Amino acid sequence: MSTWLRQHWQTLSLTLKRLARNPLATLLNVTVIGVALALPLGGYMLLQNLGSVAHQVTTGNPQASLFLARDANKDDISALEARLKQIPGVRAPRFISRDEALEGLRQSENLSDVIAALRTNPLPDAFVFETDAGAAEVERLEAQLRSLPKVAHVQLDSTWVKRLESLLALGRMTVLILATLLACGLVAVTFNTIRLQIVTQKDEIEVSKLIGATDSFIRRPFFHLGLIQGGLGGVAALAIVYLCMQVLNHSIRQLAQLYGSDFKLNFFGLPDCLALLAFAAVLGWLGAYMSVSRHLSGIEPR
Amino acid sequence: MISFNQVRKSYRGGHEALCELSFTVEPGEMVFITGRSGAGKSTLLKLIPAIERPTSGTVLVNGQNIGSMRRAAIPYLRRNLGLIFQDQKLLYDRSVFDNVMLPLAFTGHAHKDAARRARAALDKVGLLAREKANPITLSGGEQQRLCIARAVVNRPGILLADEPTASLDTTSAAEVVEMFRSFNQVGVTVLIATHDEALVQRLNPRVLALSQGRLEP
Repeated sequence: MSTWLRQHWQTLSLTLKRLARNPLATLLNVTVIGVALALPLGGYMLLQNLGSVAHQVTTGNPQASLFLARDANKDDISALEARLKQIPGVRAPRFISRDEALEGLRQSENLSDVIAALRTNPLPDAFVFETDAGAAEVERLEAQLRSLPKVAHVQLDSTWVKRLESLLALGRMTVLILATLLACGLVAVTFNTIRLQIVTQKDEIEVSKLIGATDSFIRRPFFHLGLIQGGLGGVAALAIVYLCMQVLNHSIRQLAQLYGSDFKLNFFGLPDCLALLAFAAVLGWLGAYMSVSRHLSGIEPR
Repeated sequence: MISFNQVRKSYRGGHEALCELSFTVEPGEMVFITGRSGAGKSTLLKLIPAIERPTSGTVLVNGQNIGSMRRAAIPYLRRNLGLIFQDQKLLYDRSVFDNVMLPLAFTGHAHKDAARRARAALDKVGLLAREKANPITLSGGEQQRLCIARAVVNRPGILLADEPTASLDTTSAAEVVEMFRSFNQVGVTVLIATHDEALVQRLNPRVLALSQGRLEP
């Protein structure tokens, strides 16, 4: 066990020394990987921020109105109120009679003339309530409400929420496709780096095989290299996205102030950052694995 | 220790490098393999560390059958062999010392212990003062001695040398041969392939004379 650890440690320090010996090549490789990862990562960050805004709005106060049929009487209304209170997703239903509604309109300045010209009250009785139903449940809720007796019309502020949700879903899909493509790019970059490294060390590999190095010993430094390069690329990607976010936030703050909002973009939490680093390192390892399997067996001493 | 029985080795294209080869080398022996170039000396030496496998017949090294040996077992076989190659195979991207350290990297020695052994090996071949030099700056004789240091650093039971004196002047060649003799005297089995008849006659060792892949009687 301690031998195993020591060998890994020796390989690691050797790999780091090798990377440090070619700082320009290392920097270029890490930059390529960093930029490739930064694109989907930045998109993911924007989506996460938009998603949290959408979530705030939907859980905040999406209003729903339930308009009653003209012939609904007091018993119907109280029966309906009792029913409403039992339906999940309906919160604090409030009854607004047609007289109250008319009074409300009369008090708003630009409508008072129109209201005064009316001889009868054209407004129906209504229930107003908030809903905490998620985007997925809204449609079912709407159908359920519509089927209640004496209900003439149901109006849920859900259409735009649905639109936002589907836009976000589209965005997520785009980011996912982008991430998949660029992950392949990362694997390809590592594949090539490792191939070059194997060619450079051809003599050493051959001699090592001749004097008794196992295959796993010969492979190990290349796996380390792929892993480290991928991880460094991940760090670069996080740095790029973070810097871009800071620049964007400067402009966003000005814009948000105009709308009286304090919205700004938030960066990933620690778990997300670590997950990204692990993902990048694993992709690097995968590229190294493919490259090593492809190229190392070709070097046999003769 | 090393035993060939009816060994035949033919390469693709039908070239027969060795045929009907049978001999045994006992532990602690020093044996010279002679013959003109193309007689099969290198092929014979390559069969022992499983660089090549026999086409038919059996090659036994320390009781292990080379022909049927699993790929994964080969590294462990080679760790008990000290190999000195015709083309030396030194690494010119690192120092003399690091060349000797290479075989110790995968045997699990602690760095301090490995460094001590590497210096001891360099001392034995008289290169300790040059440990920081790049092998490219060494003379031909010194490079050959470096190869020997790398071959013996793991204290193998068997030393195999392919034309170790080929590119050396008489004095350096004598030094190198003397080194093999001193390893042999402490119990290491030594096999040396050479076409240098004068060298062989001077030492009067056991000789396996090869001609066109067969042992001369």
